[in-house]
Amino acid sequence: MSTASRGMDLPAEQAWKLPSRGRVGMLSLIIGESALFTIFVVAYIFYIGKSLTGPTPAQVLEVPILGTICLLSSSFTIWRSEHAIEHGRMRAFAGWLAATILLGVIFMAGTAIEWHKLIVQDGLTIRTNLFGTTFYSLVGLHATHVILGLSMLSVVLVLALLDRFPASQSERFAVIALYWHFVDVVWVVVFTVVYVIGR
Amino acid sequence: MSNLQSDLPMPIHGTLESDKARRSSTALLEWLQSWVVTVDHKRLGILYILYSIFFLLVAGAEAIFIRIQLAIPNNHFLTAEVYNRFFTMHGTTMVFLVGMPILFGFANYVVPLQIGARDMAFPRLNALSFWLTAFGGMLLYFSFLGGGLYGAGNAPDVGWFAYAPLTARTFSPGNATDYWALALIVSGFGTLGTAVNIIATIFSMRCRGMTLMRMPLFTWLYLVVSGLTLVTITPLTAAQFMLLIDRYLGGHFFDTQAGGSALVWVHFFWIFGHPEVYVLVLPAFAIANEIIPVFSRKAIFGYPAMVAASVGIMFVSLGVWAHHMFTVGMTSVTNAFFVLSTMLVGIPTGIKIFNWIATIWGGRVRFQTPMLFCLGFLYQFLIAGLTGIMLSVAPMDWQLHNSYFVIAHFHYVLVGAIVFCIFAGLYYWYPKATGRMMSERLGKWHFWLFVIGFHITFDTMHFLGILGMPRSIYTYQPDRGWNTLNMVVSIGGFIQGIAVLIFAYNFIVSYFRGDVAGDDPWDAWTLEWTTTSPPPVYNFGEEPEVRSRRPLWDLKHPHDTDWEYEG
Amino acid sequence: MRKNEGGGSVVWGLSQVRQVGRSAVRPVVRPAFRAWLVLAALSIFPGVAAAESASSIPNMMRPEATPAHQIFSLTLFVLLITGAIFAVVAGLLTVAIIRFRSRNSGTTIEPPQIYGSTQVELAWTVVPVLIVAVLFLTTARIIFAIQDAPKPKNALDVTVVGHQFWWEFRYPALGIVTANELHVPVSPVDHPQPTFLKLLSADVIHSFWVPRLAGKTDLIPNHVNTMWIDPHKPGLYLGQCAQFCGAQHAMMLLRVYVDTPTEYAAWVRNQQKPAAQDPTVAAGRTVFETQACMNCHRIAGTAATGTFGPDLTHLMSRSTIASGATTNTPEHLREWIKDPAHYKDGALMPAMQLSDQQLDQVTAYLATLK
Ligand code: HEA
Ligand code: HEA
Ligand code: HEC
Ligand code: CUA
Ligand SMILES: [Cu+2]
Repeated sequence: MSTASRGMDLPAEQAWKLPSRGRVGMLSLIIGESALFTIFVVAYIFYIGKSLTGPTPAQVLEVPILGTICLLSSSFTIWRSEHAIEHGRMRAFAGWLAATILLGVIFMAGTAIEWHKLIVQDGLTIRTNLFGTTFYSLVGLHATHVILGLSMLSVVLVLALLDRFPASQSERFAVIALYWHFVDVVWVVVFTVVYVIGR
Repeated sequence: MSNLQSDLPMPIHGTLESDKARRSSTALLEWLQSWVVTVDHKRLGILYILYSIFFLLVAGAEAIFIRIQLAIPNNHFLTAEVYNRFFTMHGTTMVFLVGMPILFGFANYVVPLQIGARDMAFPRLNALSFWLTAFGGMLLYFSFLGGGLYGAGNAPDVGWFAYAPLTARTFSPGNATDYWALALIVSGFGTLGTAVNIIATIFSMRCRGMTLMRMPLFTWLYLVVSGLTLVTITPLTAAQFMLLIDRYLGGHFFDTQAGGSALVWVHFFWIFGHPEVYVLVLPAFAIANEIIPVFSRKAIFGYPAMVAASVGIMFVSLGVWAHHMFTVGMTSVTNAFFVLSTMLVGIPTGIKIFNWIATIWGGRVRFQTPMLFCLGFLYQFLIAGLTGIMLSVAPMDWQLHNSYFVIAHFHYVLVGAIVFCIFAGLYYWYPKATGRMMSERLGKWHFWLFVIGFHITFDTMHFLGILGMPRSIYTYQPDRGWNTLNMVVSIGGFIQGIAVLIFAYNFIVSYFRGDVAGDDPWDAWTLEWTTTSPPPVYNFGEEPEVRSRRPLWDLKHPHDTDWEYEG
Repeated sequence: MRKNEGGGSVVWGLSQVRQVGRSAVRPVVRPAFRAWLVLAALSIFPGVAAAESASSIPNMMRPEATPAHQIFSLTLFVLLITGAIFAVVAGLLTVAIIRFRSRNSGTTIEPPQIYGSTQVELAWTVVPVLIVAVLFLTTARIIFAIQDAPKPKNALDVTVVGHQFWWEFRYPALGIVTANELHVPVSPVDHPQPTFLKLLSADVIHSFWVPRLAGKTDLIPNHVNTMWIDPHKPGLYLGQCAQFCGAQHAMMLLRVYVDTPTEYAAWVRNQQKPAAQDPTVAAGRTVFETQACMNCHRIAGTAATGTFGPDLTHLMSRSTIASGATTNTPEHLREWIKDPAHYKDGALMPAMQLSDQQLDQVTAYLATLK
C-alpha cells in the first residue's frame, strides 16, 4: 500500500511517461563503450609513426573498401528491418535481418583475409612492432563487437524463422539495432584513424 | 530517538515477527540458496554491503600491518616484498572492493525505494553484476594463496596505480600483476553493469509525479555518479586490456624498449583514477544530502544549486587528471592548465559545503549517530579539500607529490569523508533494512574513538610529508626526524581499528537485539520510509505518487506542504 | 664523512633576491608580509618548528636553493589563503551547529523551512572564483619561473640515470661517472653557478627528490626530463627516490654534497684519475675480474667495463654503499659482497658465492679504490 499517495487527492497530472529502460540501458552501455574505444583510438594515434622497426602501415595496409561499404550499408538494412517489425511485416523483417547479417559476415571475412595476408605475407603480428600491437588491438576490439552483434542478430533471426519473435518484441529489436548502429559508427572512426590518418 | 508513528495518517506495523517465523520454518540451505539466486535489489544491496564490510576489515588489517612495520625505523616485521604487497592490496582493496561495492550497495538498496519503484530496471543484470564484482574480489585475494592458475601466483606488489613499465614481464615476472589486472577487469564489468542499471532505473522506473527535479538528491547524485562511472571504469579496463596484451601476447603498448611510452599508462591510469575518486566521493555526498536535512529538520538549502554543482563536478573532474602528474615533466603551459582546471573543482564543491551549512543554519540539529558522522565529514572534507588545493598548486606538488602529505590528503577524503559518510549511511538505513535500530551508545563510542584515531593518524601524516617522507617505503632511516611522528600515526591506526571493531560488534548484535525500529524511526521525508522495515519484496503495495521532493513532509504537514514552495 | 652544515635560521632573508642566469626571481609575497607568514606557518606546523634543529631532516620548509625557496614562499602564501578559508568556513559550521542544536528533544515542532536563495548562492560562487583566480595567477608565475628558467653559460651539466635501486651520475664535460652521491659546487647568491640535471632511467620510473634543494622530477625510461638546483650553502642534503620502483624503492637513498669551490675542484681531480693500481691487492683484482663482477661493474683503467651496477672506480670516495643501505666500511663491503640481501633484500646484485678468502681479497682490493 502506498501511504504517500493517501490523503492527497492529486489533480490528474499529465500522462506519466518514462523512456524505455532498454533504450536507456543500451545508450548508457554505448557511452561506456565509447570511452573504451576512445582509449584504444588515442593509443593508436599516439603511436602512429613511433614504431622502431617495420613494417609500416603505408607498406602493408590496403584500404578495405568493400568491407566498409558492406558494414555501412548494414546500418540501412537493419533500419529497414526495424521498420518492418514495427509494422508487423515479419517476412520483410526476416529478409532485411538476413541481409544485415550477410553484410556483417562479408565484413568479417574481409578482416579475416586482411589479417591473414598481414600475418603470413607481411610478417606483421601483434608482437612485431608498435604498429602491429595497436593495429590488431584496435581493429580486433572492433571486430569482437561486430561478432557480438552478429551473434545477437543471428539469434533473433533464428527465432524469427521459428516464429518465436513476434512483432510485439519490436522494442527489443530496436535496442539491438541501436547497438549495431553504434558498431557501425565506431568503424567510421577506426577506419579514419587506421586507414586514412595512420597510413 | 523520535518516532512520529502516531502522527502518520495510517498506523504502520512492524514485520519482524512474520519474517522470523518464515526463517525458522525454512531450512538453512534453502535460505542460503535464496540469497545466492536472489534478484531482489534489496538483498543484492545487502550482499554488496556485507561484502564490502568484510573487505574493510581485511584491508584495514593490512593497514594495521603497514603501521606496525612503519612504527619504528629499520623495522624487520615485514620484508620489503611483503610490505609492497600489503600496501598495494590495501589500496586496491579499499578502492575497488570496499569503496565501490558499498556505494553501489547503497544505490541498490535505496534508489528503487526512494523513487517508488519495485525493483531495479534489470534485476538479473543486477545479480550478475554483483557476482562479477564478488568474483573479481575473490580472484584478487586468490593471488595471496601463491598458487593456482600458473603455479607462481603472489599478491600484486606494484602499487594500486601499477605504473608501467614496472608491470612489464621483465620487472614483474610471475602472475601477481595478472591477478591485479584480471580481477579489476572482472569487477569492472560488474561495476559497468550496475552503473547502466542505476541509470536505467532512475530514468525509467520513477513513480508517478516524480519528475527529475523532484528526485531526492541522493538519487540525483547516483545518477551523476553512474554516468561518471560509465566513462571512468572503461578507460581503466581498456588500459588493463593493453597491459595484458603486453604481458601475454608480447605487445608493446608500454614497452619502452620498443618505442612504447611509460607515460601513456600514467595518463590512462589517471584518466580513470581521478574521476574515480569523485565516483567514490559523490555517493558520500549523496548520503550526507539525505542525513543532514533530516537531522537538522530542514529542507536542503539550494536544491537546484546542489544538482548543478554535482553535474559541474562530474564534467570538470574529467579534465583534471594530470594533476597527479606534475612531476613527470610536462611543459609549463600544460602544468598551468591542469592547475587551473583542478582548482576549478573547488568552486562547485564549495557550493555544496556552503549549502550544507546553510541547511543546518536555522535548523534544529539532533546529534544522533548518523548526524555525528556527517558533521565529522563536513569538517574533514573541508580540510581535505584545502590540502587538495595545496597539491593542485603545481610547485607545491613538486615537493609534496608521493610524500605522506598526499597519503594524508587522500585518507582525509577516503576515510574522513567517504568512510564517515558510509558509517552515517549504515546507521541511517540499518533500521530500514533490518527492522532494528543499531545501538546509539555503541554508535557514539564508535564515532568518538574513530574521530580521535582518525585525527591522530592522518593529521600527523601531513607533517611527515613536509619532513620529506616518501610514500611506498617499507622502512626508513632513524636520522630523518620521522620516528616519533610515525609512532603516533601507528597508534592512531590502532585506535581506528578498535573503533571499527566496535562498529562490527554493534552491526551484528543489533540485528538480534536492537530496538524494533518501526517504519520511520528518524522522522524522515523520502519514500523509503513509507513502507515497512524491512520492506516487502515488492516494496510498495500500491505504486506511490508524489508531488514534491519530500513526499512524507507533505503527508505529515498537510497544511504546509512543500509543493507550494518549491521552485 | 663530512660534517653537516646548516641548522641556521628558517626565515629567508628579506633582501635575498636570487639570480639564475638572467632571470631575476622575485619573492612571491611582499616582504612586509613575510615575517608574519612565517609566524603563521610555524604556528600551523608546530611539529615542523620543533624539528628544525636537526640538519639530516629533508625538511622542505628549510630551503637552501632557489627552486626550493620559491616553492617555500609560495607555500606560505597558499597556507595563508587556505588557512583563512578554513577559519571562515569551519567557524560558520561550528556556529551553526552550536547555535541551532536541538535543545528540547521532546519537541515535534519543525523549524521554519527555507528552500534556498539565488543571491546567496551567487555570492558563494563568486568569492571562490576570485580566490581561485588569485591562487592560479600566483602559481602560474612560479611554475614559469622555475620550469622555464634559462640556463646560464657557466651551468654544470650532470646526467642522472635511475636504476633499480641506485643512482648513476655522469658529468659529460668532466668525464666523470659515479654513483649515489652527487657532488655539486655551491652556488652563492652573488655569483650563481647552478647545476642542471638531465634525468634518464635505465629501467622503470624513479623520481629525484632532495626537498631542501628543489621539488622532485621523475626519471622516465625513453623520456628525457630536466631540473636545476643552485644550492646556496655548502653541506650535505639528503633525499631519496620518490616514485615506487620495486622491491627496494625504500632503499634508493640519495645524497647531494654541496662543495665549496676548493673541495669541489679536489673532488673532480680525484674522480678524473684512473683507478688506483695497488700491486699488494692484485689477488683481489683477479677475483674481481674472474668472478663476473666485471660484467656488471666498471673500474676505469681495468678490464671491468660493466654498466649494470654502479661504477666502482672511486668507490672509497663515497661514504655509503648500495645507495645508502649502509656506511662504506671494509666490513660492510665484505658483508655486502657476501650477501647483498643482508642490507638490501631484493637488490639486483646477486650473492656471488665467494669463498672467505676470495671475499677478503676482493674487499681489500675495493678498499684501495680511493
Ligand atoms: C574521494 C577522494 C578524493 C577527493 C574528493 C579529492 C579531491 C581533491 N583532490 Fe585529491 N586525491 C585523492 C582522492 C581525492 N581527492 C587520491 C586517492 C589521491 C592520490 C592517488 C594516489 O596517488 O595514489 C589524490 C591526489 C591528489 C593530487 C595529486 C597529489 C600527488 O600525487 O602529487 C592532487 C593535486 O592536485 C589532488 C587535488 C585534489 C583537489 C583539488 C580536490 C578537490 O576536489 C577538493 C575540493 C574541495 C575544496 C576546495 C574544499 C571546499 C571548498 C570551499 C570551502 C570553497 C572555497 C575554496 C576555494 C576557492 C579553494 N588530489
Ligand atoms: C577507502 C580507502 C582507504 C581507507 C579506508 C584506508 C584506511 C587506512 N589506511 Fe590507507 N590507503 C588507501 C586507501 C584507504 N586507506 C590507498 C588507495 C592507498 C595507496 C596505496 C598505494 O600506494 O598503492 C593507501 C595507503 C596507505 C598507507 C601508505 C602505504 C605506503 O605508501 O607505504 C598507509 C600508511 O599508513 C595507510 C594507512 C591506513 C590506515 C591506518 C587506515 C585506517 O583508517 C584503517 C582503519 C580500519 C581498520 C584498522 C580495520 C579494523 C579491523 C580490524 C583490525 C580487525 C581485523 C579483522 C580481521 C582480521 C578479519 N594507507
Ligand atoms: C648481476 C650484476 C652484478 C654482479 C655480477 C655484481 N654486482 Fe655488484 N652491484 C650490482 C648492482 C645492481 C649494484 C647496486 C645495488 C643497489 O644499490 O641496489 C651493485 C652494487 C655493488 C657495490 C656497491 C656500490 C656502491 O657504490 O654502492 C659493490 C661494492 C659491488 N656491487 C661489488 C661487487 C663485487 C665485488 C662483485 C663480484 C664478486 C659484484 N659486485 C658483482 C650488480 C652486480
Ligand atoms: Cu627508484 Cu623508487
Ligand atoms: Cu585527482
